[in-house]
Amino acid sequence: MDFTPTDDRRMIADSFRRFLADTFPAEHRNKIAYEGACHDADAWAGLAELGILGALVTEDQGGFGGAGFDISTVFEEAGRALCPEPLLANLLALRLYAAFGQSERVEAIIAGAEKAAFAFDETDAFGDITQITTTASGDTLTGRKTVVYGGQAADWILVAAKSASGAIGVYEVKATDAEILSYPMIDGGGAAEVILDKTAATCLAEDALDAIEAALDAGRLALCAEAVGAMDVMKDMTRDYLMQRQQFGRPIALFQALQHRLVDFSIEIEQARSIVIHAASKLETDERALAVAKAKNLIGRAGKLVAEECVQMHGGIGMTWEYAGSHYAKRLIMIDHQLGDTQDQLHKVMALTDITRAA
Amino acid sequence: MDLNYTPQEEAFRQEVRDFLKTNLPEDLATKVRNGRDLEKADMENWHALLQSRGWLAATWPAEFGGPGWDAVQRHIFEEECALANAPRSVPFGLNMLGPVLIKFGNQAQKDYYLPRILSGEDWWCQGYSEPGAGSDLASLKTRAVRDGDDYIINGQKTWTTLGQFANKIFCLVRTSTEGKPQQGISFILVDLETPGIEMRPIKLIEGGYEVNEVFFTDVRVPAKNLVGEENLGWTIAKYLLGHERTNIAGVGASTEALNQLKALGRKVKRYGKPLAEDPLFASQVAEVEIDLEAMRLTNLRMLFGSSDAQGSVSSMLKIKGTVIRQRLNDLARRALGPAASPFPSEDVIGNYGIAPPEAASHAANYFNNRKLSIFGGSNEIQRNIITKETFGA
Repeated sequence: MDFTPTDDRRMIADSFRRFLADTFPAEHRNKIAYEGACHDADAWAGLAELGILGALVTEDQGGFGGAGFDISTVFEEAGRALCPEPLLANLLALRLYAAFGQSERVEAIIAGAEKAAFAFDETDAFGDITQITTTASGDTLTGRKTVVYGGQAADWILVAAKSASGAIGVYEVKATDAEILSYPMIDGGGAAEVILDKTAATCLAEDALDAIEAALDAGRLALCAEAVGAMDVMKDMTRDYLMQRQQFGRPIALFQALQHRLVDFSIEIEQARSIVIHAASKLETDERALAVAKAKNLIGRAGKLVAEECVQMHGGIGMTWEYAGSHYAKRLIMIDHQLGDTQDQLHKVMALTDITRAA
Repeated sequence: MDLNYTPQEEAFRQEVRDFLKTNLPEDLATKVRNGRDLEKADMENWHALLQSRGWLAATWPAEFGGPGWDAVQRHIFEEECALANAPRSVPFGLNMLGPVLIKFGNQAQKDYYLPRILSGEDWWCQGYSEPGAGSDLASLKTRAVRDGDDYIINGQKTWTTLGQFANKIFCLVRTSTEGKPQQGISFILVDLETPGIEMRPIKLIEGGYEVNEVFFTDVRVPAKNLVGEENLGWTIAKYLLGHERTNIAGVGASTEALNQLKALGRKVKRYGKPLAEDPLFASQVAEVEIDLEAMRLTNLRMLFGSSDAQGSVSSMLKIKGTVIRQRLNDLARRALGPAASPFPSEDVIGNYGIAPPEAASHAANYFNNRKLSIFGGSNEIQRNIITKETFGA
């Protein structure tokens, strides 16, 4: 076994890390994250040029990466820098376009010329995409999609919808043809409600459940890696703060009660890192669903522990907008709300590992 | 043992309930239920309503304009207010300074300040914490130097809640650097209009404004504003913190939060069914309900003066009460799934219909309520208090 990243991936990680540090100093990051379209066109062009988007699909599909470890490499860095750009949205879209052989669109997204988002969720279908009610009829779609990540800054919206046969397919809608209600999210980055009323659409695949699940699993892996990056930063910030903050005439890092708590969540961060490596290694195998569900469940629990403990150990400072740690805490908590939370993943793991049956 | 309230106490509960039903404005209750920020006028109006009934200063004896309630009545009142989604009274004048003046203030201070708290003329805020003095409050550095009939104050206070609405601030200041840090602290009343004071808002994690930094530069305060004796302010500080911790368990508020969580679970869907039907969700709700039931009894044991519930029980209740409340916030946020993510702007709450309006601020409230285990003596400090009592060290 060898857990060393390849040279290519290490280079991507290094250059993306430097790029994000230069492009998103805290103040600018917060401005982009919580205001307007939650998107910086120059930053997007820059990261496309770096090859960050190309790293998310395989060479066959027009990219130059696409494996689980490519995704985790990119998103771990995004997490370290709290990158507010719609990377997740475009990962999901790229995986779907690639799965349906839409090479022109893949090329345009990788080049940074176009952006897309995947509208799958509906208020009454959380946790089970088969419950959606958006319908495809002829060349149009009707329905309402909720909390579409990156929907506020997309040229194209990919929509999961039901055809007359009941099959769930993926349809492409031009963003300007739909009604888009945009808003920032509480942890930064944008999303939108997408309202479709006999909106013109192109069918990319009428029966696409497997492709959708595969894309969403790639997205879940990405979120898990993002969380690991964010947790590493939060841990360092907290350690530094404990060593610097003086109360009762000494650095509070000298209090054993606090030392042990930091150690406890550090153990969980290593657990998190390991399960993400496991999930990344299984992304292209038939163990994908179980490995990703395990990872996302553990990440949800570890992320909450790290976020809550770090805020608590900072005291009032950790509660302020001005302190970067509060934004890391929000991101770590809200990652659990994206693409299925700890509870949803637990249901999946329970179903897939069915302990009522002997192995 | 008899765990029943007396008929008189039950009658009192009914009286409070009737009052709230008649007088609590529906739009105000809705704001509270939906976890929205209250305006200054909302709180002033609510205080005036309570004052018109003589119930505003719940902790004050009748001779100073309070209702003269005992601890059980205060508990019943708080519980009913929470269940009705009444705003919590702003505590700085009513529950902190008021009791301090009643115990330590001179006659002139009582005569002047107490009626102004009741009438709403004065809105007090708290000048305790400093950037370098949080958990270690006694290390505070803001100096007050005697100059003729005045003190001149220099320094900085922080985490001053709702200071933006206040016209007065009570401060702990250092009047001596001799001896132990606790020995050189004084308690003084300051008019925020005094030249040299600057209040700057602190934006909190979820984007709201409720705390401030307060800067003092050569602020001249009459020496008659000193409460108690010079250098004996620490006793007052501790007395006030004891009052800050009354109703610390927040049983009523958590009971209401639990009710709302269950209602939300019935309303929102997961896997095509009401979330409440998901055993993973239901089991977590049930666990908090169990913890809350136990805490309710612990709180009552303390309230009714049971001999096995003295000493550091209030520290236990602070820890358990905040943990339970935060867990309820946690479950409420999670119940929304993806719909918890939108930043709760007016459009998101009122017009976009992403989450039910009463739940649209759940993530923001979860983040904001992380403060519960930090302020009022962090839960770590509460553990130190219990440790001290347990080991006598």
